[in-house]
Amino acid sequence: MDEALLRTLTPTVIGILVRRGADFAAAEDAVQDALVEAVRAWPGDPPRDPKGWLVTVAWRKFLDAVRADASRRHREVRVDAEPVPGPVEGEDDTLQLYFLCAHPSLTPASAVALTLRAVGGLTTRQIAEAYLVPEATMAQRISRAKRTVAEVRFDQPGDVATVLRVLYLVFNEGYSGDVDLAGEAIRLTRQLAAAIDHEEVAGLLALMLLHHARRPARTGPDGRLVPLAEQDRSRWNTRLIAEGVEVLQRALARDRLGEFQAQAAIAALHADAPAAEETDWVQIVEWYDELVRLTGSPVARLNRAVAVGEADGARSGLAALATLDPALPRYTAVAAYLHERDGDVVTAARLYAEAARSAASLAERDHLTRQAARLNARLSR
Amino acid sequence: MKYLLLKHYRGAPAAVNDVPMDQWTPEEVSAHMQYMRDFATRLEGTGEFVDGQALSPEGTFVRYDGEGRPPVTDGPFAETKDLIAGWMVIDVDSYERALALAGELSAAPGAGGKPIHEWLEVRPFLTEPPTITE
Repeated sequence: MDEALLRTLTPTVIGILVRRGADFAAAEDAVQDALVEAVRAWPGDPPRDPKGWLVTVAWRKFLDAVRADASRRHREVRVDAEPVPGPVEGEDDTLQLYFLCAHPSLTPASAVALTLRAVGGLTTRQIAEAYLVPEATMAQRISRAKRTVAEVRFDQPGDVATVLRVLYLVFNEGYSGDVDLAGEAIRLTRQLAAAIDHEEVAGLLALMLLHHARRPARTGPDGRLVPLAEQDRSRWNTRLIAEGVEVLQRALARDRLGEFQAQAAIAALHADAPAAEETDWVQIVEWYDELVRLTGSPVARLNRAVAVGEADGARSGLAALATLDPALPRYTAVAAYLHERDGDVVTAARLYAEAARSAASLAERDHLTRQAARLNARLSR
Repeated sequence: MKYLLLKHYRGAPAAVNDVPMDQWTPEEVSAHMQYMRDFATRLEGTGEFVDGQALSPEGTFVRYDGEGRPPVTDGPFAETKDLIAGWMVIDVDSYERALALAGELSAAPGAGGKPIHEWLEVRPFLTEPPTITE
């Protein structure tokens, strides 16, 4: 049983059913039923045209569900022979599913869950495991999302930016359980990039590839965070880096800069440095300037302050930081880092301990606590 | 029998080896974290581990106050703001075993590599009523 093939076909088949007039939730349920059937029937009798087979069976399941005489129909279907694989339109509706799943009426969390289910073809259980919530909870969240988009017309053109944001969220969730969400996000973004020619889709794909390439070096064997400067660069995946850089260069060549391309450019400059001290911080600051111009994002400004600290010295970094809101997430951690670079170990130690208390993740908190401990140990000597 | 082991940020009696973590050496911090991980892994091995999570130090009190926005306060804490730092749920054969494991967890190494002797709260879960009661 080719599970990967089924996953790839899922969104296409849902798309076809929706275009034939099924509402989204019903189409999705029908396709899930058809997939169950496929798992049972295919190993003994693989179809010549898997997509045609799935469309035929899913459409029948859909009709089963909507017709009042569903049970009679069901009996007929069961005595019916193997469905004849008919020709299926070549047009790919997957793209429209992307837009539907990223509909603005959904919360980001629901959009992510729905995308993983409808476009990614993951089971509810897999998604629940990845988010560490009970399967029933995730099932409810997905049905709520389906109800929310039930009234949305399928032919509305969507906003690519929203789709990209949802895929970016999937990527950032990382992974747990048996589904690697970062890998899944890359697979879906590749699919999207193959379907539409858009510089920011390429930008996001490049960004994901470049970050994914560094993942093996980002954590130690005991799960602790390893900062960029201390990472073992020989553990970076050079094949993914090369691909990311290539995708990015093609996108940049179109001269329509967007935030994902700018972020990918920064990631590429990091990936390109053979050693941390050879990082081209001057160029990185320039890309952060672009990013700030494009997004006005306070987080981009904060990261820019770090880059300025590296390019022009800690004092300049602190001056850049002083213009920002101290309530920003990670502000205190950045301040601690820059103060240490500036030689003010006492302030840095105090700020690291303070940053640890407000850290949002356990790995980050442990990392910041270690930094405080390191400086305090140096001070007490 | 399931028990909840609670670790407090504040509110518990002071630990014996009561030095804030950022005053330890980085090696001591690592040793502590390794001890906690090993403890959980060992309990997974014996089938006694159920779940565990760390919590942020920030918490607020909320209550229903009629229609509209619920009031949120920094808490009706008497003298010290007592907040849960994290919890672990264990499933063990006896109360004695729960106490023994909590004691072991409290012996995680701290400053100077010596056990912290911090206080942990042990609370049994309420269970389902038995099917046969006579």
